[in-house]
Amino acid sequence: MDVILFLVFAVIAVVCAVNVVLQKHPISSAISLIGVMGSLAVLYLLLGAEFIAAAQVIVYAGAVMVLFVFVIMLLNAGEEVRRGRSFMAQLLGMPLLVAFAGLMAWFVNRLYPESTGVHFGGFTGGTPLAVGRALFTRYLLPFEVTSILVLIAIVGAIVLGRKEMD
Amino acid sequence: MNAFLIISLIKIAIVFAVLMTTLAYLQWVERKVIAHIQVRPGPYNVGPHGLLQPLADVIKLITKEDLVPPYVNKPLYLAAPFLAITMALLSIAVIPFGPTIQVAGYQTWMQLTDLNIGVLFVLAVSSMGVYGVAFAGWASNNKYALLGGLRSSAQMISYELPMSIAIAAPLLLSNTLSLRELVGTQAGGIWHWNVLRLPCPQIIGFIIFLISAFAETNRVPFDLPEAENELVAGFHTEYSSMKFASFFMAEYANMITVSSMATLLFLGGWEAPWPAQYGSSLVPTIIFALAGLVALYHGMNPARKRDRLTFPAAGIVFLVVAALFQIGILQEWIIPLFWFCAKTGAILFAFIWVRGTLPRFRYDQLMRFTWKFLFPVAMLNLLVTGLLVAWFS
Amino acid sequence: MSEVPIAWFLVLSAVLFALGVAGFLFRRNIITVFMSIELMLNAVNLSFVTFSYQFKQVNGNLYTFFVMVVAAAEAAVGLAIILTVFKNRSTLNIDEVNSMKD
Repeated sequence: MDVILFLVFAVIAVVCAVNVVLQKHPISSAISLIGVMGSLAVLYLLLGAEFIAAAQVIVYAGAVMVLFVFVIMLLNAGEEVRRGRSFMAQLLGMPLLVAFAGLMAWFVNRLYPESTGVHFGGFTGGTPLAVGRALFTRYLLPFEVTSILVLIAIVGAIVLGRKEMD
Repeated sequence: MNAFLIISLIKIAIVFAVLMTTLAYLQWVERKVIAHIQVRPGPYNVGPHGLLQPLADVIKLITKEDLVPPYVNKPLYLAAPFLAITMALLSIAVIPFGPTIQVAGYQTWMQLTDLNIGVLFVLAVSSMGVYGVAFAGWASNNKYALLGGLRSSAQMISYELPMSIAIAAPLLLSNTLSLRELVGTQAGGIWHWNVLRLPCPQIIGFIIFLISAFAETNRVPFDLPEAENELVAGFHTEYSSMKFASFFMAEYANMITVSSMATLLFLGGWEAPWPAQYGSSLVPTIIFALAGLVALYHGMNPARKRDRLTFPAAGIVFLVVAALFQIGILQEWIIPLFWFCAKTGAILFAFIWVRGTLPRFRYDQLMRFTWKFLFPVAMLNLLVTGLLVAWFS
Repeated sequence: MSEVPIAWFLVLSAVLFALGVAGFLFRRNIITVFMSIELMLNAVNLSFVTFSYQFKQVNGNLYTFFVMVVAAAEAAVGLAIILTVFKNRSTLNIDEVNSMKD
């Protein structure tokens, strides 16, 4: 059951990621990227990271991607013009890529023998309680530093985005 | 496992049926209340007191010509209302309507499913609901729709911020993200509800949440992006018949969701204001009995001849419902359900009341209000709550 | 077999990262390039959470959280820069933004 869930959402993630790279119009790429983030959120739930799954949907898919979609809609970014590619490259490219990916997958699989199996309930330390406890005790300094980083980003974005005062 | 599956399917069917009916009749309630605020009768002819008006509206919307303009971006155009209503209905899955009940030997909660990140789930689903509006504006290939869609989605994401911070403050008091346990920590009477709870009463948090909820659901006074006389009709300019209907169903479903969240977070969910042994189970009976007696009295000499039949009939229905609240077997689930619906209904009435009363904000006033006033006040509320909770624990 | 071998998650992360790199190198539209960067960051997040599961510690989730925050900040500033470039050059093709002079 967990295997089926993983396979379904992994296939959705890979198909959407391929779509991000291959689509001509940026808005289709943006929608596919939202699909990738959604399926990754489900995979995080399978890995027991419930807070991170919720944060992925709220922050990444629900705010960062809205920002991307806004910019694409505001700039009315048109479709991209494709340059021609050689036929040999198109013929050999995909099979070689799949072969390389398969080799890499086999190598990684050999590196990690089947010791750890992932199933629902295998890791119960990803609750907001555990994350909050670690965030405010052991990782307090990175937390404060990232909040200043976000402040700098806000100020930077506002300064870059305002109208010129002529 | 099998019994769990069957009970879950039955619960899903019941919740879906009740929710769809409530959506339709919420529109009837809104039209009646706004009509009475404006001293006119409202829908009156279709069925007794306009009660069949939602049915007439559904028939009208289904049989309208479903025009798909040729210049739209078809996949996105068709997907946008579907996305809007899916996200709006999804968050009902985690809302608890009452405590455990015994059904034919099985004990089950009056809730479809409980997640221990329930509050985060509702926030996540409402963040995804922004896309329905944005894609509707973009796909329509129409300047006014695009501007309306962009404004509406910018408004929704700007008001998500004070809403999330206003949600964080009662979570400090209740120490749990699961909606079921959230209500459990507010048990014991009105002084335990999060809005009046002792280390820090969340009155300001409640008001901030309600204001953000008004803006999240695009209701007056924040409904500039979809008002009829602004920007033609905003993001749903190019939509007709059932797709238009699904945007409106999505809006009402969002209203129900945020009212339920306000009830669960601040007003104690399905808990009674004072414990049952001091007679709080008589309150629903008294309210319905009074309503029945008023209806019967007005049925004696009504203003319009048709009401000679409808008012006494309504009065009898109310008296029967009042008697139902006293039956011992039903009491364990019908009384918490009554309190939940009463509180949610009061907040929905506030939504409709505000719609009939206030003028709408201009777009720059709306944005200035959230970024310069509401967000700092929400942060202050969270800080003060945190300080008081840390001081008194 | 009701358990997913943990290596599959790492392979998925590697595939997504490779697709992100491919998009970054081959696309000409500046916004698509930026989205490929976000894809790479997501792949790395998956890797972190996988290792957090394997070692049964919550630290991996914390690193993911920080990567998400940094990615959000970077997206905000990066998109503001893209808007400025578009205002000045009226193009989103990175091949045409190739001279310092206006």
